Amino acid sequence: QKLVKAKMISPNCLFCHIIRQRSQRHLIYYHIREIKAANPHNREARTYGIRNFFFVLICRNYKGDVDMAEIDHFLPLLMQHEEEGLLCPVLSHGNVHFMWIKHSNLYLVATTNKNSNASLVYSFLYKLVEVFTEYFKELEEESIQDNFVVVYELLDELMDFGFPQTTDSKILQEYITQQGTKLEVAKSKVPTTVTNAVSWRSEGIKYKKNEVFIDVIESINVLVNANGNVMSSDIVGSIKLKTMLSGMPELRLGLNDRVLFALTGRDKGKTVVMEDVKFHQCVRLSRFESDRTISFIPPDGESELMSYRINTHVKPLIWIESVIEKFSHSRVEIMVKAKGQFKKQSVANNVEVRVPVPSDADSPKFKTSTGTAKYVPEKNMVVWTIKSFPGGKEFLMRAHFGLPSVENNELEGKPPITVKFEIPYFTVSGIQVRYMKIIEKSGYQALPWVRYITQSGGTLIRLQYNMTYCFRNVFYLSKGSDVEM
Amino acid sequence: MMCDFLFSLVCTGEIFELKAELNSDKKEKKKEAVKKVIASMTVGKDVSALFPDVVNCMQTDNLELKKLVYLYLMNYAKSQPDMAIMAVNTFVKDCEDPNPLIRALAVRTMGCIRVDKITEYLCEPLRKCLKDEDPYVRKTAAVCVAKLHDINAQLVEDQGFLDTLKDLISDSNPMVVANAVAALSEIAESHPNSNLLDLNPQTINKLLTALNECTEWGQIFILDCLANYTPRDDRESQSICERVTPRLSHANSAVVLSAVKVLMKFMEMLPKDLDYYGTLLKKLAPPLVTLLSAEPELQYVALRNINLIVQRRPEILKHEMKVFFVKYNDPIYVKLEKLDIMIRLASQANIAQVLAELKEYATEVDVDFVRKAVRAIGRCAIKVEQSAERCVSTLLDLIQTKVNYVVQEAIVVIKDIFRKYPNKYESVIATLCENLDSLDEPEARAAMIWIVGEYAERIDNADELLESFLEGFHDESTQVQLQLLTAIVKLFLKKPTETQELVQQVLSLATQDSDNPDLRDRGYIYWRLLSTDPVAAKEVVLAEKPLISEETDLIEPTLLEELICHIGTLASVYHKPPSAFVEGSRGVQHKRLPGSAGSGESVESPDTGSAAGVSEAPPAVIPSQGDLLGDLLNLDLTPPTTTGPPPPASSGMQMGAMDLLGGGLDSLMGTGFGAPPAAMPASFNVPVSGGLDDLFDLGGGVGMPMGVFNPPKTVWLPAMKAKGLEISGTFVRRAGVIQMEMTLTNKAMSVMTDFAIQFNRNSFGLAPAGPLQVLTPLSPNQSIEAALPLSTVGPVMKMEPLNNLQVAVKNNIDVFYFSCQYPISMLFAEDGKMERQVFLATWKDIPNDNESQFQIKDCHLNSDAASNKLQGSNIFTIAKRTVEGQDMLYQSMKLTNGIWVLAELRVQAGNPNYTISLKCRAPEVSQCVFQNYEMVLKN
Repeated sequence: QKLVKAKMISPNCLFCHIIRQRSQRHLIYYHIREIKAANPHNREARTYGIRNFFFVLICRNYKGDVDMAEIDHFLPLLMQHEEEGLLCPVLSHGNVHFMWIKHSNLYLVATTNKNSNASLVYSFLYKLVEVFTEYFKELEEESIQDNFVVVYELLDELMDFGFPQTTDSKILQEYITQQGTKLEVAKSKVPTTVTNAVSWRSEGIKYKKNEVFIDVIESINVLVNANGNVMSSDIVGSIKLKTMLSGMPELRLGLNDRVLFALTGRDKGKTVVMEDVKFHQCVRLSRFESDRTISFIPPDGESELMSYRINTHVKPLIWIESVIEKFSHSRVEIMVKAKGQFKKQSVANNVEVRVPVPSDADSPKFKTSTGTAKYVPEKNMVVWTIKSFPGGKEFLMRAHFGLPSVENNELEGKPPITVKFEIPYFTVSGIQVRYMKIIEKSGYQALPWVRYITQSGGTLIRLQYNMTYCFRNVFYLSKGSDVEM
Repeated sequence: MMCDFLFSLVCTGEIFELKAELNSDKKEKKKEAVKKVIASMTVGKDVSALFPDVVNCMQTDNLELKKLVYLYLMNYAKSQPDMAIMAVNTFVKDCEDPNPLIRALAVRTMGCIRVDKITEYLCEPLRKCLKDEDPYVRKTAAVCVAKLHDINAQLVEDQGFLDTLKDLISDSNPMVVANAVAALSEIAESHPNSNLLDLNPQTINKLLTALNECTEWGQIFILDCLANYTPRDDRESQSICERVTPRLSHANSAVVLSAVKVLMKFMEMLPKDLDYYGTLLKKLAPPLVTLLSAEPELQYVALRNINLIVQRRPEILKHEMKVFFVKYNDPIYVKLEKLDIMIRLASQANIAQVLAELKEYATEVDVDFVRKAVRAIGRCAIKVEQSAERCVSTLLDLIQTKVNYVVQEAIVVIKDIFRKYPNKYESVIATLCENLDSLDEPEARAAMIWIVGEYAERIDNADELLESFLEGFHDESTQVQLQLLTAIVKLFLKKPTETQELVQQVLSLATQDSDNPDLRDRGYIYWRLLSTDPVAAKEVVLAEKPLISEETDLIEPTLLEELICHIGTLASVYHKPPSAFVEGSRGVQHKRLPGSAGSGESVESPDTGSAAGVSEAPPAVIPSQGDLLGDLLNLDLTPPTTTGPPPPASSGMQMGAMDLLGGGLDSLMGTGFGAPPAAMPASFNVPVSGGLDDLFDLGGGVGMPMGVFNPPKTVWLPAMKAKGLEISGTFVRRAGVIQMEMTLTNKAMSVMTDFAIQFNRNSFGLAPAGPLQVLTPLSPNQSIEAALPLSTVGPVMKMEPLNNLQVAVKNNIDVFYFSCQYPISMLFAEDGKMERQVFLATWKDIPNDNESQFQIKDCHLNSDAASNKLQGSNIFTIAKRTVEGQDMLYQSMKLTNGIWVLAELRVQAGNPNYTISLKCRAPEVSQCVFQNYEMVLKN
């Protein structure tokens, strides 16, 4: 118990759990209060001891086959596993199993004593976070406490006897609102949507101007080894919609999908092979399976229609070379060269190169050919930011750190250099939206906008390329001339 | 305490206030009050006292208020079942409300109130709601049937709700279908034989149609339900697969995994040469890979399942090695799982890449991960022969890093590589030996010792190396001790001339100074082998070892099949069958994959076979082993009637017999091999014991009455031998507790204090159960009575005679030693009465060689009186038979260490001489038991 206490004394240590029982029976939020024991003169803290440090924020027992008090075992178990470095998303105490996720400083915990569907449980917990976030903007201790009535109502509606029910927050918001009084006046009804086959869109939506915005966002993951070879690379893309359409429109999206082209016998133009595709529940999966048509009735407002994964060999768009020399007991010298390996007319925005440094480094000095470098000691890294990086250009950053004469004995990990940037007007895979057909029985004309680029207003860049290199070529040179590679 | 008290006072005041507000006339105030009550409930305060007041607020047209009151009811109804009845009327009324939201709410809440009285009233409203026009109400009612079934299964069956629920599978609304399926599956799970979900092609078809239309969660219920179905033929199997595959494109990982489960199961029925089979295999890989970009917890579940899938069907992911490469910021549980899968996928084609990665991981900082990475390199070497050389050189590189735990792991895996590829990589031994000093983990030490022993002939200073380990022999873990013993014996067999001393040293350490039975046994076996036939010893110890298998941690195939049927569930995460961690699921049938090439049957038969084997095996095997060893003893060693070494107290018959072998060996050793030390070293230097023993041997028969008698004390330690301290004492057994009762007398001139007592190891593990309670100082010429409770769980060593006990008593003056003998009846347990049948069987089972016969002379009791008297000493008469005027008493007694002694006592009327036959698996106790009979009967 002492151990647990010690752990909790770290400042602002607020925890919160949601517990679900049976495959989905309990929801409990746990909260650990700010530690009073930090002050040994505080009589109250000493009297209450450890029990006072956390309590259930909110809980819902869906089934009643697991004792609610079982949750008391959760935190000590978690601490114990953390201590041993063997953290695991499933913990068990006796015949009770805890499945948990962590959202900022809250723990959402589901408990069960049966052979529950674990993937369903985790999906549901994440869904829960999503719903609460949409309701309260932030899911945190205060928002739960301030809205506990709505939280209970939601928990009731989201799951029954361990079976997830309606989890679409847009639909839920039609009959569970934060303004309880409003309901009374309207004499609330169940939206038919809840049980409709189209459970994600309500009827009777009206817009003056019917539009749909399509954003194609691709992110590239590249792993480069110490020799500069690309170890693995893939593209994860997502197509997002912002739908502002009246009624119940039928939409069909056409992409330059190679399989589709092969099916229809067309072979003009550049096509893309999608390794795997995942669709929003509105898309008719069996239709896609049979003739690769993406047809759907879209949810209103913003949603992610689909995501895809492409397995191709991608060359890193910003190439990094680095030399990090470590002179033990005196200094570290870092040289990083970044080169834009994309078309000259394109520009990468908000480029961030993150370079790891030893944890005991001090007195940083920087020199950059462009952009600014900043030392972030809490993350043990240098962040080199370049607002705008034209294709074909090459930039350089040098950093110098002092090292203490008494060296840190702890073995440190070898974090990779990571690079982040966004390039508008461009998709690496070459994917294209060929058409978007919109049919509604009232026969209105609607405009689809396809945006590969930035959003007007410039605050939100929708088309972003999020590129991460994991460089392992961080060379630590020992003092003298022996170079270890 | 004070704070708690104040806190409760505050609460009382608060509750009073709330009570007033709840009964207010104003609607708003009422609502606020209920909110406050719920808020208190949420933070864990007990507000059950407000039950009637809250229930009074139930009748309201305010939906929010109604929900809050219902919530309160769910929480507290169970603690106040009588009051909960008050709410029934409102529930029933609400179930007929025009607003479907309220109807559903009422039926949902009623199902959550687990009070028997309420459930009776629930039936009618539930029946109506199941047929409600609104699908929202119907879907809620469907779940409610499952709730009700959980509370009162009989009621649900009697009311015919199950049939209604089955009808709902054909409902027009997909949500209702999904919930009905979920509810039925739930009920079926608790009643495995109810045949509730009798799935037939028609229902399957309905389910597959609903699958396309219902929510993501509904899809999971339906898919999980489908997975329980067994298609009639491969054609049906294929058509279901075709309709399930589109689900692999669902954004929800849980839907994908449930679909994978159905496909993995139904694939078993497809012929492998079918085109569709190949297509399906190809379709499975991409979604599995995509699961790795989900949230870390879902990734973990996916990886645990992929681990199973890779074992069952390695072809699916054989080209996807790269996606399992570990990312720097993966959580540790994801990293470890990825590593596991990497090894499973390692093949000649990708080994270079895998090794490069593993080497990279081995230089990380996370200790557990690094260890596993090093181990993985070893496993690659064993799995892919072509890579072995590279693996070994990689491991050597890692050893050069001198990072302690890396070195140790590397040595452990190199040992396995040596075993797999003998006579290939021994050149690296020199490098390994350099790191001998840094090894501090038992597994690594044991591995190193094994290597030294195995290759002793190639290591010049093998004896020195092993000797260095021997120094701290007793501080090592058993694993290391065993390995060291074997290694030194190997060394001796290879280089007998220089190492004789070493081997004697280790054998004596293992056999005499160790409490560990495994170690002793192994020691004795080697000793005996070496002493009888060194050539045979060589053949046994240096025998060729079987090759180690390539896949070390494969899941056993039947379990794997079962786990494949549980993809996505906790069972698949734990890699354990549900029966291993879910209570009350023992009777539940284990799921099996549908049989393709008759695999179903082949699975079944060994199962039943082994079950039968298990139930029969133990009684058959154990006694025979005992007999065997007993025979050995009789043949080779000491004759049974003279007291051989007694069995140790700890673990019953088998152990006892083993130890007998050991004890007997020593005498053999004495002539056969070298100069082994005595089996019972006189580590206890008792200057007076010899004389005392004689004294007691004389007095033994007379001076030691026992059992129900209050035996007189005898002098154990005369004052002249103990600087004025005289101890006399006796043993008694009262209600199962053995006590040593002593009188301590101070015959010296000074005060004695600080008494303490200790026993030497003895035949039955007698040991003081507590400290010697002599609290006041003992003045000159004063006597004090002390009773010392004894336990029988102390260390065991055979004594001569068997019931001899060596005692050391300490006081402020000195330490004194004496020995005494306890009557063996002290050790007769109260539960020593054997069942008649068991007695008969056991009597027959014990070989006649173990039988001893004695005469008890001049005893003038009749058989009944004798029986009564013996019963006082826990010698139980099981049966009495009279044959030709001779009474035969069959008796049993059980020693505290679990050894049974069976006796047949013959009493001839008018003849004062009794005949007694004793049978016991450890025959050397017979003598003691006989003495005991004599004592009891003659007192």
